[in-house]
Amino acid sequence: MAKRSAPEVNAGSMADIAFLLLIFFLVTTTIEKDSGINRKLPPIEETEEDVVIKQKNIFTVLLNGKDQLLVEEELMELKDLRAAAVEFLDNNGNQSCTYCNGAKDPSSSDNPDKAIISLKNERETSYAAYISVQNELVAAYNVLRNKRALVLGSQEGFLDMNFVQMQKNYKDARFVGNKTKLKEIIDQIKIEYPQKLSEVQ
Amino acid sequence: MSKFKKKTDGGIPAISTASLPDIVFMLLFFFMVATVMRENSLKIKNALPVANQVEKLDKKNPVSYIYMGKPSTGYEKFGTESRIQLNDQFAELSEVGAFISAERAALREELIPFLTVALKVDKEANMGIVGDVKQELRKVNALKINYTTGVGDAMTNMN
Repeated sequence: MAKRSAPEVNAGSMADIAFLLLIFFLVTTTIEKDSGINRKLPPIEETEEDVVIKQKNIFTVLLNGKDQLLVEEELMELKDLRAAAVEFLDNNGNQSCTYCNGAKDPSSSDNPDKAIISLKNERETSYAAYISVQNELVAAYNVLRNKRALVLGSQEGFLDMNFVQMQKNYKDARFVGNKTKLKEIIDQIKIEYPQKLSEVQ
Repeated sequence: MSKFKKKTDGGIPAISTASLPDIVFMLLFFFMVATVMRENSLKIKNALPVANQVEKLDKKNPVSYIYMGKPSTGYEKFGTESRIQLNDQFAELSEVGAFISAERAALREELIPFLTVALKVDKEANMGIVGDVKQELRKVNALKINYTTGVGDAMTNMN
């Protein structure tokens, strides 16, 4: 028998395949963005007028050097912080807030606009614990804002969309819908539940 | 005349190059998967804590990074306490202000108010150094900050 030499494989189409793959990955790749908790530091003011804030409107959270959490002078577990903060913010002590569902306890905060969360830490506090607490406090605001967004959104035609989704949609270029209306709702919710979180040095 | 021609055994047969693209692709994919994009080479430990109430850091606005953490292996001579890293080198607290000024100088004027400072802090660092840096940032009026974190359950940070 004659030995046939192996037929030459045509490598000409290899380039096409290569481009196909290249273009596919080019289109689908997303470069990972950093994410984190945004904060605004208070400016240093020379002439500081002491603004009198009623003690009942301040929710003090102290994180000590051993990462123990002291909320309103009482020891608390991290997992209970969110609920406690929500209760404080949504309390509506002077009944001026028409959209709150709080306990209306006169000894707690007057309304969400006046309620301030003050977060103190010590030098020895670990950063991980600090971030966890920040996260829980931001979550508390988000819980209330989400609840409000579901109510307001359904009135304006944005059904089943909570505050976090609204913000996401607002930034999303592919979102089909009335963005100016959405922005109005987002701004309104931000005014109704302002994020007043002070970080004390 | 024989039917069976004797093969002329002259010259080396050409090597098929058809498999060359495969090899190149293998390399391409390997590096594609293994590449991590990073602006600075870190001289410190930088395991970020995780949180779930995060917002994306908007790259449309200018971002400056400040890293903090313990010096990593190979840099033990800088001590075991948490240190600040700016760009590619260790820095003192007093250099933070100058760093922000330099970052601002490199920006177009209209973007300066939108400069965000991203704090990339190791989760084992303590708040002392972070508080000091925050104070320095207040002094130079760089008030927009972002605690950069990973995404995950915040309860897992502490253990």
